[in-house]
Amino acid sequence: MLMETPDEPLALAAASGDRTAFAQLLARHYDRVFGLCWRLTGSKHDAEDLAQDICAALPTKLQGFRGEARFSTWLYRVTINAAHDRRRRAASHARAAIGWGDWEVNRQAEISEATAAQDWLTTAMNRLPPELRDTVALTLGEGLTQAEAAAVLGLSEGTIAWRMAEVKKHLRAQVAEEARI
Amino acid sequence: MTDEFDHLRDALRKAPAPQPEAKAAAMRAAMENFDRAHQGTRAAPRPIQDRQPKAGFLKGVSTMFSKLGSRPFLAATTSAAAICLGLIVFVPYGAQKPVAPPLPATPEQTVKGRASVPAKPAQLAEESAPKPPAPSFAPELAQTAPSSVPVEVQPAPPPAAHEQTADAVMPPVANLGVIAESDEVAGAPLPAPSYAPTGAPELARRKVSTTNSTAPMNDIASVIGTVERAEVAPDTEAFPHAEANPIKVATEEPVSTFSIDVDTASYAVVRSSLMRGQMPPVDAVRVEEMINYFPYDYPGPAAGEAPFKTTVTVMGTPWKAGTRLVRIGVQGRLPAVADRPPLNLVFLIDTSGSMNEDNKLPLLKQSLRLLLPQLRPEDEVAIVTYAGSAGEVLPPTRAKNAALILDALDRLQAGGSTAGAEGLELAYRVAEKMTAKGEVSRVLLATDGDFNVGISDPEGLEKYVEKKRKSGTYLSVLGFGRGNLDDATMQALAQSGNGIASYIDTLQEARKVLVDQLSGALFPIADDVKIQVEWNPAEVAEYRLIGYETRALAREDFNNDKVDAGEIGAGTSVTALYEITAPGSPAIANDALRYKEPPTGAENGELGFLRLRYKAPGETKSHLVETAIPAPSEAVDMPAPSADDRFAASIAGFGQLLTGGKYLGDWGWDDAIALALEGRGPDEFGYRAEAINLMRLAKSLSGQ
Repeated sequence: MLMETPDEPLALAAASGDRTAFAQLLARHYDRVFGLCWRLTGSKHDAEDLAQDICAALPTKLQGFRGEARFSTWLYRVTINAAHDRRRRAASHARAAIGWGDWEVNRQAEISEATAAQDWLTTAMNRLPPELRDTVALTLGEGLTQAEAAAVLGLSEGTIAWRMAEVKKHLRAQVAEEARI
Repeated sequence: MTDEFDHLRDALRKAPAPQPEAKAAAMRAAMENFDRAHQGTRAAPRPIQDRQPKAGFLKGVSTMFSKLGSRPFLAATTSAAAICLGLIVFVPYGAQKPVAPPLPATPEQTVKGRASVPAKPAQLAEESAPKPPAPSFAPELAQTAPSSVPVEVQPAPPPAAHEQTADAVMPPVANLGVIAESDEVAGAPLPAPSYAPTGAPELARRKVSTTNSTAPMNDIASVIGTVERAEVAPDTEAFPHAEANPIKVATEEPVSTFSIDVDTASYAVVRSSLMRGQMPPVDAVRVEEMINYFPYDYPGPAAGEAPFKTTVTVMGTPWKAGTRLVRIGVQGRLPAVADRPPLNLVFLIDTSGSMNEDNKLPLLKQSLRLLLPQLRPEDEVAIVTYAGSAGEVLPPTRAKNAALILDALDRLQAGGSTAGAEGLELAYRVAEKMTAKGEVSRVLLATDGDFNVGISDPEGLEKYVEKKRKSGTYLSVLGFGRGNLDDATMQALAQSGNGIASYIDTLQEARKVLVDQLSGALFPIADDVKIQVEWNPAEVAEYRLIGYETRALAREDFNNDKVDAGEIGAGTSVTALYEITAPGSPAIANDALRYKEPPTGAENGELGFLRLRYKAPGETKSHLVETAIPAPSEAVDMPAPSADDRFAASIAGFGQLLTGGKYLGDWGWDDAIALALEGRGPDEFGYRAEAINLMRLAKSLSGQ
């Protein structure tokens, strides 16, 4: 008899202080957030940390949810933004700690390490520029359509299509490289 | 090629399952923050009247009282709720309500109140699966679940409920309100008042608040109320900037050249700003468009003459003694409507996400519905939309199939971003397909002015529109809504496309543009109409053209048929006002030059000479019409100004007041209003009365 309430009214109720609604929302979406975090970071450990940060910030963030977009779209956007912030923080930390040159060396070392580990996914994802990585995580990983991914990233559908073509180029280049090795 | 994608997709889909511990920790952190955010002194996230007052407002003694009062009536509450359950289950929303009873704050309360508890907070945080709440209810109490539903049906007035705490037979509605309060006081999480009181106003508000696709969704500042939010939303309107025409000395620069302008968008933008309680942006005020918004009673051309007739009148300037106001009126011929060639209209409709507001797409649909009955059965209509990707929604359809067209209109929905240029190209292709010999085609672009995607340079777009105009398809622009109205682009496009730019803010305005003045808007009778006035230095020492700043032409462009100018539609009129100062008048602004000869000029009783050039539609060679402006001898044949004279002058004053009134001296709002009242005349459609009210509004907004 109790039908499942759609996310949007639940989120609006949670935003105005409904604790139960919030708990329900969280339980419903944690796995999805974690999944996207994993696709964005490539590490289970990082994904857990990131997902926890997002959950912890959610009560405040929810105040900005106006029900204009679907809740899942909104939550994807929050997740992507959080991942960006984290990436930026990590990069500036690394830079502050060891300076540009070392940071670059380190990064290259990391990349070669990943290659050595034959972790195809990590390599493939690491080689993509961050914005392509986001797009891939949403479309191939989360199975969103290009239109949905465009809504999450606040871009036009055309841009997503273009990015996917770019990804294809990158992947092809990688395959060619692998063949040479 | 797709193999690479498949490989990546498979790899990405193999996301590891989250560790239950990690999940529990994350959820615990979230719930803690949630409690912190929603308890105590935090202000209500939304100013909603039917919300319970926050615990933070109850201080000192009242806190103590409510604590004491809470437990006994909590018992009463739940039993009352249990009694009422049968009735409540069928209330709408009840079925959807996932979890109804508020979470009691402390275990004692739970026991005493015998309330059903879905889960303790800690349990909740640890539950890993999204559990429907029903199973956690005690079976016999499960039905009490919807007991909070009455709150959403009829929210309790909390203060009253609070006074009646001991009343056991109190309806559950009121009781719940009190529980909510007492829980909060005890420092426990705030139960939801219910979905309806919070959800419904939110939904209602969404309609009101400005939807701006670029506004960040997770902006914490958005807690503030609707009105404020609408104000904070980034304003991306763009208006062309032009300084007011200066006073010119007739001996130095006797010739003034400009293109006529039949647009009226500026007046509507001004109106919409004032109606919203804001002074319009200075650059949005174009005095000539405000003057031209109103119909004036000019005599039309006689049969066999040029397609329009020029009328010149002179009156004393209301705001400056010693100067005179010359009003030049150009009235277009109104051809017999029955003779008109069939019309091909392509509605190019912006359905981007930003159009999804009551005063945009819905108003646009209504406006076009008004237009349809004005068309003749053999006229053709097509609809092209642009948003994300452009598409032909309705292939060319004869106007007699009104049902088909209306149906296509109804199906329009807003969503996606804007690809203006692509849509424009498609619309032109459709229009060209529709044009048979001797027919007029026109693209009617309806937009909120958002051309931000897919166009790299607005000038390129203008050139394109211009090229298409030469091949016989005209473009008119209808602007809707505010917020990202790109007035500058709209203006530029309509000017290059030989069309009108109108701003539609109300259904009345749609009626004026698309019904009352339809023939003017859709049937050009003359293209590239330019006006050049040469002032006679013997009669005129100084002159100033009021408005037309964005339409100024170089003197030599007057005779250059390659230079584009405005078009005149069937039956429309255009008005231009000059403020002139006679030699020797105390009002002269520029001192005479020491080394220059005194003005010479023929004392032939002419103030000046008016030249007008126009092209018949579709022609490339212009015709010249010349009229002398006779000088009225001061006392004798200067008749009392007509109502039209006064009204046009008052609107010119209105526009100048809105832009700072540099040349107006002490003349102010009261003078403008008084003058407009004198000039109101018959005012069949109430346009002038509306303008007077706008002046009053502007007066109070300007703080005078």
